[in-house]
Amino acid sequence: MGARERSIAAVPISALALLPAALAAQLYWHHRLPPPSAAATGLAAPPPQPVLEVAAAGDPTSFAKVLMLRLQAFDNQPGISIPFRALDYGRVIAWLSAILRLDERASYPLLAAARLYGEVSDPARQRLMLEFVREEFLKDPNRRWPWMAHAVFVARHRLHDMPLALRYADALAAHVTDPGVPPWVTQMNIFVRVDMGETEAAKVLLGGLLESGRITDPAEQRFLMRRLQELEDSRGK
Amino acid sequence: MWRQTKTIAWFTALEASRGRLLRLMAATLLAAFLLSEIAAAAAVTESNAIRLAFLAATLRVAAVFLIASFIAGSIAREQADKGSEMVLSLPLPRYVYYLGKLAGFAVIAVVIVVLYAAMVALHSPFMQTLLWASSLLCELLIIVALTLLCSFTFAQVPVVLSAVAAFYLLSRTMEAIRLMSRGPLVDTTEPSSRLIAGIVDGIAYVLPDIGSFTPTDWLIYHSGGIGELAGIAAQTVIYIALLGAAGLFDLYRRNF
Repeated sequence: MGARERSIAAVPISALALLPAALAAQLYWHHRLPPPSAAATGLAAPPPQPVLEVAAAGDPTSFAKVLMLRLQAFDNQPGISIPFRALDYGRVIAWLSAILRLDERASYPLLAAARLYGEVSDPARQRLMLEFVREEFLKDPNRRWPWMAHAVFVARHRLHDMPLALRYADALAAHVTDPGVPPWVTQMNIFVRVDMGETEAAKVLLGGLLESGRITDPAEQRFLMRRLQELEDSRGK
Repeated sequence: MWRQTKTIAWFTALEASRGRLLRLMAATLLAAFLLSEIAAAAAVTESNAIRLAFLAATLRVAAVFLIASFIAGSIAREQADKGSEMVLSLPLPRYVYYLGKLAGFAVIAVVIVVLYAAMVALHSPFMQTLLWASSLLCELLIIVALTLLCSFTFAQVPVVLSAVAAFYLLSRTMEAIRLMSRGPLVDTTEPSSRLIAGIVDGIAYVLPDIGSFTPTDWLIYHSGGIGELAGIAAQTVIYIALLGAAGLFDLYRRNF
């Protein structure tokens, strides 16, 4: 027993009795409460942007990261798992857009749009997500091209919508100007056209690309020349 | 004894009126008002619901923080000034001192709730505001009893406030934690998962069900009722008795 503590005998009986009695009452009270039940909560629309800015308390980048994790974890609410397909995609897009406005350099919202929400087995929802990626890509093409390239892949191989894939690939070719971006990104429209049977248009584009002098790597030049030759051969047949 | 309890309670409440607590209450009211008005002005629709949600959430947290920090500061100052030793040296049972303190801080909680509820009542029906305010008072009374217990036990303000904050957050989130401990991502065949779920359930048993207190839904959707409030009141009485018993046990064993 420490010098600052008295014996338990110093505590009146009434106080001593109250402690176990109150603890028993608390245990009983908790026991009679219904067990917690899991209920899926619908994804609410994001608050207006000015409110998010205020809530960020001067640190929108950190706040955007927190919001992104919250949105991503929305399918796993306590005690229940909600398939992505059950989410209101209009609201998911509104959240992704709001997060991007808080942190414009973030790539997480676009990655989630292209590879998480954009890969559900629901073509209508996939198209919504791909359109969102395209709109956001156009705002900063040299930074956001990877997600647009992924959108081309999804449109071509998942949705089997070649005109849509071509539209996205054309957007890449038209808007990506950074020389540091790998050349295949801006050449995707050529290969989509080949797949679509538009060999004449593909040939013109490929020839133009070779003529422009933008392709400096000898191996890449050889590869593209060979591809051009194949196109001309197929036309001759 | 009742008269002495009243006197201690009166002087405890008087300390709040002489300090800066009232000004702090006014400042939090103004901050909550401005924040809720900005949110409502920015809303495209449901502006009153957004205003109420921001107002209620901000005021609830502010009330808990204000009362806890005031009690922690007040008890720490009294112990440093040897004020509590002086009172306890009088021919006065310790429980009178404890109940006096508890009653005095409860009066301050009532003042905070009345002031905050008046602001909320401007945007919500009177009956629902009354239910919400009663529930907030129950929540604050538990915080009062808890902070008093922690103040006598830990003495140092940062430790007291940390303990109260941890208790409050854990109590408010316990239902979600319980659900997650048995959620679809958990392999319930694993003994470790079952052990963790059991520990979480055990902790939940000794925590108050504060997660069901003071829901903003009552103000926005007018869904509050006497039945819910009665349950909240019963939980409050039980938990204050538990915290009070623990506080008295600690106080009686202490050598000043």
